[in-house]
Amino acid sequence: MNHYPLWKYLLIAAVIFVCGLYALPNLFGNDPAVQISPAYARDTKIDDTVQETVETTLKEAKLSFTRIERTSRQLLVRFKNTNTQLKAYSILREALSDYVVAQNLAPATPDWLTGLGGMPMYLGLDLRGGVHFLMQVDMETAIRQDEETYVEELRTLFREKKLRYKGINRVIKEGGGIQVTFAALEIRNKAKKLIKKHYDDLVIVEKDRVGEYRLYMTFSEKALIENRQKALEQNITTLRNRVNELGVSEPVIQRQGDERIVVQLPGVQDTARAKEILGATATLEFRMTSDTREKWFEVERTKKVPINARLYHERDGNPVLLKRRVIVTGDQITDAAATIDQRSAQPATTIRLDSRGGKKMLQTTRKNVGKPMAVVFIEYHIETKMINGKKVTTRSKTEEVINVATIQEEFSKNFQITGLTSSEANNLALLLRAGALKAPMEIIEERTIGPSLGQENIDLGLLSIMLGFLAVMLFMWLRYKTFGLVADLALLMNVVILVALLSLLQATLTLPGMAGIVLTLGMAVDANVLIFEKIREEIANGNSHQSSIHLGYEKAFITIFDANLTTLIAAVMLFSFGTGPIKGFAITLSLGIITSMFTAIMFTRGLINFFYGGRKLAKLPV
Amino acid sequence: MFFTRFDYKFDFMGKRHFAMMLSALLIIISLGSLLTHYLISGEPLVLGIDFTGGTLVEVGYEQPVELEKMRTLLHENGFPDAVVQHFGTTHDVLIRLGVHEESKDDPLSSQILRLLEQSGEGVNMRRVEYVGPQIGGELIEKGGLAVLYTLFGILIYVAFRFEYRFALGSIAALIHDTLIVVGFFSLFRLEFDLTVLAAILAVIGYSLNDTIVVFDRIRENFVKLRKQESVNVMNTSINQMLGRTVMTSVTTALVLIILFLVGGELIHGFSIALLLGVIIGTYSSIYIASATTLLLGVSKADLMPVQKEGVEKKEGSDNDGPGLEF
Repeated sequence: MNHYPLWKYLLIAAVIFVCGLYALPNLFGNDPAVQISPAYARDTKIDDTVQETVETTLKEAKLSFTRIERTSRQLLVRFKNTNTQLKAYSILREALSDYVVAQNLAPATPDWLTGLGGMPMYLGLDLRGGVHFLMQVDMETAIRQDEETYVEELRTLFREKKLRYKGINRVIKEGGGIQVTFAALEIRNKAKKLIKKHYDDLVIVEKDRVGEYRLYMTFSEKALIENRQKALEQNITTLRNRVNELGVSEPVIQRQGDERIVVQLPGVQDTARAKEILGATATLEFRMTSDTREKWFEVERTKKVPINARLYHERDGNPVLLKRRVIVTGDQITDAAATIDQRSAQPATTIRLDSRGGKKMLQTTRKNVGKPMAVVFIEYHIETKMINGKKVTTRSKTEEVINVATIQEEFSKNFQITGLTSSEANNLALLLRAGALKAPMEIIEERTIGPSLGQENIDLGLLSIMLGFLAVMLFMWLRYKTFGLVADLALLMNVVILVALLSLLQATLTLPGMAGIVLTLGMAVDANVLIFEKIREEIANGNSHQSSIHLGYEKAFITIFDANLTTLIAAVMLFSFGTGPIKGFAITLSLGIITSMFTAIMFTRGLINFFYGGRKLAKLPV
Repeated sequence: MFFTRFDYKFDFMGKRHFAMMLSALLIIISLGSLLTHYLISGEPLVLGIDFTGGTLVEVGYEQPVELEKMRTLLHENGFPDAVVQHFGTTHDVLIRLGVHEESKDDPLSSQILRLLEQSGEGVNMRRVEYVGPQIGGELIEKGGLAVLYTLFGILIYVAFRFEYRFALGSIAALIHDTLIVVGFFSLFRLEFDLTVLAAILAVIGYSLNDTIVVFDRIRENFVKLRKQESVNVMNTSINQMLGRTVMTSVTTALVLIILFLVGGELIHGFSIALLLGVIIGTYSSIYIASATTLLLGVSKADLMPVQKEGVEKKEGSDNDGPGLEF
């Protein structure tokens, strides 16, 4: 009696080993580090030269680092302490202006463990410090803008097809929509057919009055959902782009629900600056180049710019001379995507303009086939500084040429830019789309945790876990003697498994999450209490020691199962409703309940079977 | 030494009328507090900014700070509604503001921090929270729904596993626990924030855990002790489980006291709610859940047709678990 087959012992041992292994990274802590990565949408690479620059710069500044790690996407420099890290950060930021330089806490996990996929737990903002924004996207404005674009397009369409309309406008009143008025029935019918052919995302309703024939159009339900989705995605893309500019390591930018975006920036304290960057506006312009390449460099040297031209620079610093007249501006771009050019099989970026932009583009390109055209990226920065105790807001404008391409043939609304690498095409499309926010956003929630509070929270959380642990262990030992120690060991295993699972899932650990672990400690012993009490009872009923152990475990099981399952119901509800920190609590609580079923039942049974099973016992230390 | 066997024969059920009265009193006090505060100030609970919306700034100083000075500073510089209080130590100060018009370029929190910086003394930003008014109302609704869904889910599960009277009994106990914890927060004007709500959901889970364990034994004993009165069966069951109930409650309460003492200011409300919940939950699983079930007239006849549970026997274990015995 009370024997486990070998495979069960092996299973328990395997679980302990694996969980121990994956809980291990948490013991190594973090190194203060500086992380260098290519700036967004730029084809700069992390190579030997970057590493050399970093090494020499640090050597000159007499700052010692412990290690440099390089991957194709980033360079990580580890330091002994935060002081050196801070100094190195400001020096490197100046030395490598084309790169994103960010402060980072790099896990000091040994390579062999990282190779196995071992990672420390992901700490929430309340533990590592940083800022959390919840932003609401103004969908109504997004839809309104779409409708306005359509009004323009329809106007052009009717003009092209020589359809006479009396009026076309966006309905301002509730619900919005587009309304077109015609004088004659047959024109109306013709127009309706035309719209149906060109725009399958509009729902058209006929609304007639005496002497007036009207079409009332709204976006179809499907189109509305798509448009909202697109607005949200586009804003997220824009935000991601901008967060990159902030030089934040491990930012989190996620959608929440249908119209909200969460932005978490670990380590960022300056919320004002973060807000400025996130809310920045960027745009594009298309211009024809002026003169020849030789002339560009000459102008760069002499600074004598011809009257009808302006001097710009490409991202690598090369000068470009562009005509003053703008062909198309960024607000006329309705869409952009990376693709493959069908004729040349080269990567390309397709761009879609609204009707106004399309028309101007057609006129320009018709006259300029074979000539180069440039895309200029313009960004407005708003910066607020304190000068002599007064708030001074400065607005600046950065302009750079991101692409110069030759016009192959005339085009209008839809065209593509070739001559890019595949990643450049992707980036350009992103930039074009991410150039501006699709819809305005409002910050509806902001939480900033200072770095000292974060560390304090970790310390307090750990102390609570440790003290709680000791108290429960002592208590169990006093009450159940050796069996109590078995339960204590199970409790320890429970924490190890919990930590391993949290590390593997990379679930966010928050302060309430740590409280959840503490609570789990108190509740996890419940299963063992139930079992041990039952064993005592069975002994008192006159059963043999071995059968008491057996009956104790068997009979307590259903009770434990019922009780834990109902607690799990509450924990799952908590997860589904909670946000951020509360979710962290729900996660640790529910995981803790599940793992405690394993440790408190199977693990303790294994130990007891191993030491007491199949033997005649004079006395049971329970 | 420490404990001997819990071989008690307390007449728990005999005192159930007294317990009922005590519970009724506690609930009346809770509801009374909620109502009175609602009538006086329109605020039955001191809701945290998670629910009301507003701005909260926590700052730390090297030296202990005088609140009165800070209060005047803030009140005279455009924040007449600023509530200033110490947070944990005299070095830390918490400033709360109601919902204001928030400017995009210069948030209230920055204005406050600037104001404090100008007044001299090194001030250290520890925490800033801003919750827009649109979030708060939503959270109250979602939180309330979460509590209701949880209760409903539990009702179904217990009714399915036991019997509907047990389900009602456990729900009565849970509502009892929730009301008293909420009443406590209302009566002592403790801040009710998101973590407290989370704690209440956890209390529901814990209290239920306790109740289920007692019910399980009652169900087992109804079958075992056929000849006995329902009251006696319940008494015996509660006494048999007393050792476990006390043990688990004490260990849980112990870790919660530790959490309260060393866990930091941020989770004070959380640990108070849980601690209170565990104490009330233990009491209610003994009295309220069982007494309500008894009041609803559960008898051995209701649990006798155990054959229907025989279905579980196949999928369950091959031995006799509780409730499966004859």
